[in-house]
Amino acid sequence: MAQSFMAQWVYTDVVKDHFMNPRNLWKEGEEFEADGVGEVGSLACGDQMRVGIKVKDGKISDLRWLTYGCASAIASTSMMSEMAIGMTLDEAYKLTPKAIMDKLGGLPEHKFHCSVLGDKALRAAVDDYLEKNNLPNPYKAESAVIICECKNVTDQMIEKLVSEDKVKNLEDLASLTGAGTGCGKCKIKLKEAIEEAMHILGKTN
Amino acid sequence: MDRIVYLDNNATTQMAQEVIEIMAENADLYGNASSMHTLGRSSYTAIEWARGEVSALIDSDPGEIYFVSGASEANNTVFNVFRDRIDAGDKRDRILLSSVEHPASIETMKYLVSKGYKVETVPVDGTGELKLDELEKMMDEDVCLVSVMTGNNESGVIQPVKKAAEIAHKYGAYFHTDATQAIGKIPVSVKDIGADYLSMSAHKFYGPKGIGVLFVKKGVPLSPFVHGGHQEKGYRAGTYNNQSIIGMGKAAELARVNLKREHDELWRLREKLRKGIEERVPNVVINGSNDENKCLPGTLNVSFPSAEGESILLYLDMEGIEVSTGSACASGSLEPSYVLLAAGLDVELAHGSIRFSLGRYNTDEDVDYTLEKLPPIIKKIREMSTRK
Repeated sequence: MAQSFMAQWVYTDVVKDHFMNPRNLWKEGEEFEADGVGEVGSLACGDQMRVGIKVKDGKISDLRWLTYGCASAIASTSMMSEMAIGMTLDEAYKLTPKAIMDKLGGLPEHKFHCSVLGDKALRAAVDDYLEKNNLPNPYKAESAVIICECKNVTDQMIEKLVSEDKVKNLEDLASLTGAGTGCGKCKIKLKEAIEEAMHILGKTN
Repeated sequence: MDRIVYLDNNATTQMAQEVIEIMAENADLYGNASSMHTLGRSSYTAIEWARGEVSALIDSDPGEIYFVSGASEANNTVFNVFRDRIDAGDKRDRILLSSVEHPASIETMKYLVSKGYKVETVPVDGTGELKLDELEKMMDEDVCLVSVMTGNNESGVIQPVKKAAEIAHKYGAYFHTDATQAIGKIPVSVKDIGADYLSMSAHKFYGPKGIGVLFVKKGVPLSPFVHGGHQEKGYRAGTYNNQSIIGMGKAAELARVNLKREHDELWRLREKLRKGIEERVPNVVINGSNDENKCLPGTLNVSFPSAEGESILLYLDMEGIEVSTGSACASGSLEPSYVLLAAGLDVELAHGSIRFSLGRYNTDEDVDYTLEKLPPIIKKIREMSTRK
């Protein structure tokens, strides 16, 4: 009898399901008055996401999204939308790409970066909501991660500098903040943080 | 899956039934072609028949055909021949190649550059065609090799290789062309082009995988590239892969005999697909050329703004339609197709590019089916997209 080599789909069944039947999509013409909107990524980078949230009693009561991107990006945003509805703002802010990826049953390694935009867009939407309503934003500062310990430079500082077009590479960052000029052991992480911020903010070299 | 419509013939082709048959018929031809006994001589006879067929296809002498594992090996080999000469002190130490060559050349170039060799790329214009005036400007007496592909795998653009070879020769440099995508689709004559070296792979023209040819014009530089035996005049050692070589011989014969008819049929289907897409899908961009003399007949590269390539590919796959994309997401890098970017295509459009490549076994029904399934897929993906 001939031996058969039947192909498996490149992603898990859960990814396939969310890719084919996306949940909570922001349909054109739909009445959805978002209380907060977040957008990350850019078309030039190959993926871009927009998330709109409704907030009621400190919880996300409803959510809509749009994604330009590959199957992983679409499925990640769709899964994120299911997870985020019903969460408190605090919980939503702490939703990690890993949690989304686990729910999807995993992604191929080279696709990890496609899943980081969903939760970032969600956080941006929460930020937008708090700002619009003149509410304090305790989450943002809390979630900052120090990358350069010698000079106390966080991922959020890097993101801000990248967003203001002041930083495109490690040299720019070092001259502005001194990051990486102490012990120097954080240089690779700084570079990664700059690249990730450029990707999220849709900046190209 | 009910139906498979294979539109990825530039990636690889299915073997022709005639090829499968001749390989099966000769499955018991196990003699070592280097042996003097009858079994060995039978294998030798078959291999030399195949050599004759391949040389007839590209208008060379049989003695100029070297069997290799495929075009990647052939391309690597040509660059290494000149690396050897530069190492030996040849004053000609510059290599030029087009910016849209296959990775088998581009990556070899990057490797050589990392080792300190002078390898430079020649730009292409907005359609992806080599800028001959730029090539001429970059040429001098230090250039040893110019490498330009005959036809591009992604855009289908046919390069002006004959003129590029003339320019190379005018300055005393040798000329290599990677004809992998062109073989079996358009006439390729090494004599007409003036090629000193040519690379090709059997699996792109309905032959088996893992076998190909390096054509080396008689009298041009060559150094042994696989050591360990006297095969291929001592340049490429290794016991002959009888069945694959025979299969390639048959594929070459079929390609030569059917060339004109197949070209016209592929172009007809390609144009039917192009016009159908333009009619049925709003806002599309055709990449490359729509001039029959400047485009490989089966290749159609299209960008769909606001729809990302991998998503299109996977939705089409669900319907049994197999294509490829220049999107970065599908390749695992963050940069989309360098071939499309080199021709000046906008990054976003490159992310949303799909390559349809038709082949011998595609039919009008395949094109009709694709034209039926594609428009709603693009519409759905665009509805999910971050439109303004």
